[in-house]
Amino acid sequence: MTLDFFFMRSTFMRSTFMRSKLLKSASVALSVWKRMAVVAAMVAAMVLVSLVANAGVIENYQFESPEQQEQFFRLNEELRCPQCQNQSIADSNAPIAQDLRREVHRMIVEEQADDDTVIQFMLDRYGDFVLYKPRMDARTLALWFGPLILLLLGLLILFRILKQHRPDTKDQELDQQDKAELDKILGGKDK
Amino acid sequence: MKRWKLFLPLAFFLTFCVLLYIGLFMEDKSELPSMLLDKPLPEFSLKKLKNPSETVTEEDLKGKVLMLNVWGSWCPACKVEHPYLMKLSREGINIVGVNYKDEREGALQWLDRLEDPYLFNIVDEDGRLGLDLGVYGAPETFLVDKKGVIRYKHIGIIDARVWKEDLKPRYDALQKELVQ
Repeated sequence: MTLDFFFMRSTFMRSTFMRSKLLKSASVALSVWKRMAVVAAMVAAMVLVSLVANAGVIENYQFESPEQQEQFFRLNEELRCPQCQNQSIADSNAPIAQDLRREVHRMIVEEQADDDTVIQFMLDRYGDFVLYKPRMDARTLALWFGPLILLLLGLLILFRILKQHRPDTKDQELDQQDKAELDKILGGKDK
Repeated sequence: MKRWKLFLPLAFFLTFCVLLYIGLFMEDKSELPSMLLDKPLPEFSLKKLKNPSETVTEEDLKGKVLMLNVWGSWCPACKVEHPYLMKLSREGINIVGVNYKDEREGALQWLDRLEDPYLFNIVDEDGRLGLDLGVYGAPETFLVDKKGVIRYKHIGIIDARVWKEDLKPRYDALQKELVQ
């Protein structure tokens, strides 16, 4: 079985989706029809823009199975382009990203390589940098658990502040003398 | 609550700011650490540029300290560093070129027109050797010791400052190393 695929498809659908979500929240005051027309026009514009923007990243790769294709997609999204730094190799059109995609494809189809093999291959050459999701090791512990620790610390501080600000019930209880005085003022009406 | 505790959040915030500032502005993000430091050159078998009938392998690069310079005639920055490479080659520095993802004609014209600082050039047309070397652009230059082990990597143009501060001391040190 042979499956053709275009890179454009995935990036295009995702960007259109995200942008249309933004649009929805922006146009509240318009009537339903006007709103829909505006949304349609803007979505069309976005489609056009994303088509133009992504026009370079159209490559035709062939796979032996849908699983391989899925693996290819997934790995490309996970690997970061060493040249362009803020794009995955799936998104980037830099020459090095093209090379890396070709290499991922070759490893998947020719060597039936699993994810770990491909990722290790990239790590050996480009280092941790190529991973969008860093591995867990001694150097990345702070990265992985830092936010959790900060959250716990925050909760702890919040807890202590709340505890300090809780009204002190002991002070507010009236002793016998106060009660008697109060009764006198109220004239025993509340009995 | 003690008064100094009131300043804890501010202290946290400032620490964060400093860390973010370092992350954003201090680190040179165009340079990634090379994974290949202190590793032997990857295996390859590629043709020479001026002599396509001859094949070069990683074995041919052993025996002397050399600079492996990744370049292409498509690369403007390579043109900038070219005069300095010429100067180094006249001083007797061993420079081997990796003609990276280039067209043969363009590369030969380049060497013809601008002079040839290289001992010889390895043709890496599809960028496969570059990939094994962790190259992601040009120019990049590797310092390779006598045993064919990569000892240093410089990303970007070589000029007088880079040579004097980064490359020359290391090149000279490697020259002094003995091969057992």
